[in-house]
Amino acid sequence: MIKVRWLGRGGQGGFTASRLLGKAASLFEGKYAMAFPSFGPERRGAPVLAFTRIDDKKITDRSEFDSADYLVIMDESLLDESAMTSLSSEGKVILNSAAPQRYSSLAGSRRIIALDATTVALEIINRPITNTAMFGALVAASNIVTLNSALSSIEAEMKPAIAAKNKDIVKKAYDLVKEMIDG
Amino acid sequence: MMHNHKNESVFVSGDEAVALGVRLSRPHVISAYPITPQTIVVERLSEMVEDGSLVARYIHVESEHSAMSAAMGASSVGARAFTATSSQGLLYMAEGLHYASGGRMPIVMMNANRSLALPWSIFGDHRDSMSMLDSGWIQVYVEDAQEALDMTIQAYRIAEDSSVLTPLMINLDGFILTHTYELVEVPPQEEVDSYLPPFSTPNKMSLEDPKSMGFSTSPADNMEFKYQQHKAMMDSREVIKQADKEYAEIFGRSYNGLIDCYQCDNAEYILVTAGSVTGTARVAVDSMRSKGIKAGVLRIRFMRPFPEQEVRNTLAGAASYGVLDKDISFGYEGTMFTNVNSALSGTAHIPRGINFIGGLGGRDISVQDIEEMFEALRLCPAHDYTEYRKNRIRFVNMGVSIHE
Repeated sequence: MIKVRWLGRGGQGGFTASRLLGKAASLFEGKYAMAFPSFGPERRGAPVLAFTRIDDKKITDRSEFDSADYLVIMDESLLDESAMTSLSSEGKVILNSAAPQRYSSLAGSRRIIALDATTVALEIINRPITNTAMFGALVAASNIVTLNSALSSIEAEMKPAIAAKNKDIVKKAYDLVKEMIDG
Repeated sequence: MMHNHKNESVFVSGDEAVALGVRLSRPHVISAYPITPQTIVVERLSEMVEDGSLVARYIHVESEHSAMSAAMGASSVGARAFTATSSQGLLYMAEGLHYASGGRMPIVMMNANRSLALPWSIFGDHRDSMSMLDSGWIQVYVEDAQEALDMTIQAYRIAEDSSVLTPLMINLDGFILTHTYELVEVPPQEEVDSYLPPFSTPNKMSLEDPKSMGFSTSPADNMEFKYQQHKAMMDSREVIKQADKEYAEIFGRSYNGLIDCYQCDNAEYILVTAGSVTGTARVAVDSMRSKGIKAGVLRIRFMRPFPEQEVRNTLAGAASYGVLDKDISFGYEGTMFTNVNSALSGTAHIPRGINFIGGLGGRDISVQDIEEMFEALRLCPAHDYTEYRKNRIRFVNMGVSIHE
C-alpha cells in the first residue's frame, strides 16, 4: 500500500489533490484508492491535512495514518519537526519551495524533492493555487501513477474551462521535477 | 469487486454515492434541509433536479421537521419520497419519525451519523440514530460508499414491500464515510428499473378511493395498530434477505442480509461492530490471525429489525465477545451491547462480553485500538468473575472503565 499525506492551508486545494491522485490510480490504472481530508470545518488559511491510500486490493482501513511514504507540503511554513514525524523512515518530502536547502537539517536521512510550485501556478493561472503543480511533482517523484493517468484525472475532476490550464500546470511541474531527478 | 462492463466506475464520497443511488431509484419528491455532514447528498440531488438528470420535485424546506412532514405528504399520495438528515436535525424530526412509521409510509432517509450537543460537535458517532431506535424505522448501517449506493436502491425495495410498508433509515458514519472518496460501481438505470418496480401502496390518499388517514384511536384498538407495526418489522427480516439475494443475482454484490461476518466461523474472540469502523476491524482481524489468534468481526447491518438469531448463533460458540459502541446510554451501557446481550440471554452457554465505548464525537479508532480490544477479549475468560464484571464497560483511548 502507498500512503500519501497532503499538508497545506485551507484554500490551496490539498484535498482536491488527494482526490486527483485517487482518481488517477482507481479510474485510470485499475487500482483501489481512498482519499479523505482531516475532517472538520473548512477554514481558509488554516493548516489542512488530506490523505490518499493506494493499493492493488480493496482498502478497508479508514483511520488516519502516520508513517506516510510521501508527505506533500504545499506551504513551506508548515514544514517543521512535527510534520516530519508523520513520514516513514524511508519516506520522501515533496515540498513547495524556491529555497529548499534551508530545510535540509529537518529531513535527516530522508529526501526532500522541491519545486517552486507557486511560480509555476502564477505563470499559468496567475493565482498561487499550487495543488495541481504539487500533484504533478509528486507523480514525477514517485511514479505512483503515469503522467497520462494524472492528466486524465484532471479531466475527470475539473470543468473544461479550468481543466486545460491545470493540465499544463501538471505537465510543467512533472517535467521540472523529472529534469531535476534525472539531471 | 465484480467488474461489470455495463457499470460506470466513479471515485466519489459516501454522500455522493447516496445521491447517485437516490437518482437511480427515481423518487418523485425530495424534501430536505442541509446539515453537516449530510449536506453534499442534498446539494448533489438539487443539482441533478436542476440539470434534469433526475425528474423529481425538490422541496427545500425550512427545517427538518418540515422535511419529514413534506415526505409524509408525498408518501401519502403514493409518491416515492426521499429525505436526508443528521444529528440535531434527526432529533428535530423525532415526532415525524413516529408519525411516518405509524402511518406505514415507506419513506427512505439517509442519516449522516453525527454526535449530539452539548458539547456541540459536527463529528461522527452513533448517538443520533441509536436514540431513535424505538421510532419504528428500519435501521441499516453501511460500511462503505458502494454499500451506501446499493442499500439506497434496496431500501425502497424493502420499505415498499406490501408486507413491510415501513420507513427505512440508511446510516453512514459522518465524515469517515460521508466525506471519504473511493471507487464505486454505478449500475445502469435499466437494471435498477428491473429490480425496483414503481411504488404502489394500499395506504393512499385518493379521491377515487377515499380513506381516513392520520386518524385517532381509542384504547380499544390502538394496540392492534402497534402489533401490526411490530409484525411488519419482524416480517421485514425475510424481505431484507430476499432483496439482498435478488440484488446479488442482478448486480453481483451481496451483503449477506442482517449481519455480515468476517472470519467468524472458527473464531474464539469476536468483535461486534456497526458501520465503517468495521473496515478498520477487518485489518485488525488479519493482523491477529497472522499471530495465530482466532479473531473475527460480526458487523451488525440492521439494528432494527434486530438480527437476534444470527447474533446468537454466531456468538454462542465464542470464548468471549466484544461490542464496539459509538454510543452510550448514560447510566447503563452502549445500546448495541444491550441488544446483543438480550439476544444471547436464555442460551445454555453465554460467553463473556466486554463493551468498548469508542469513537464518540469523532475520535479516531485505529487498527491498534482494535487489536487491544482483541487482547482484552483473550484475557477476560480467565479472569475472576467479580474482576470481569468490574471492567465490563471500557472507554477506548481513555484508560478508564466503569466499575460496577
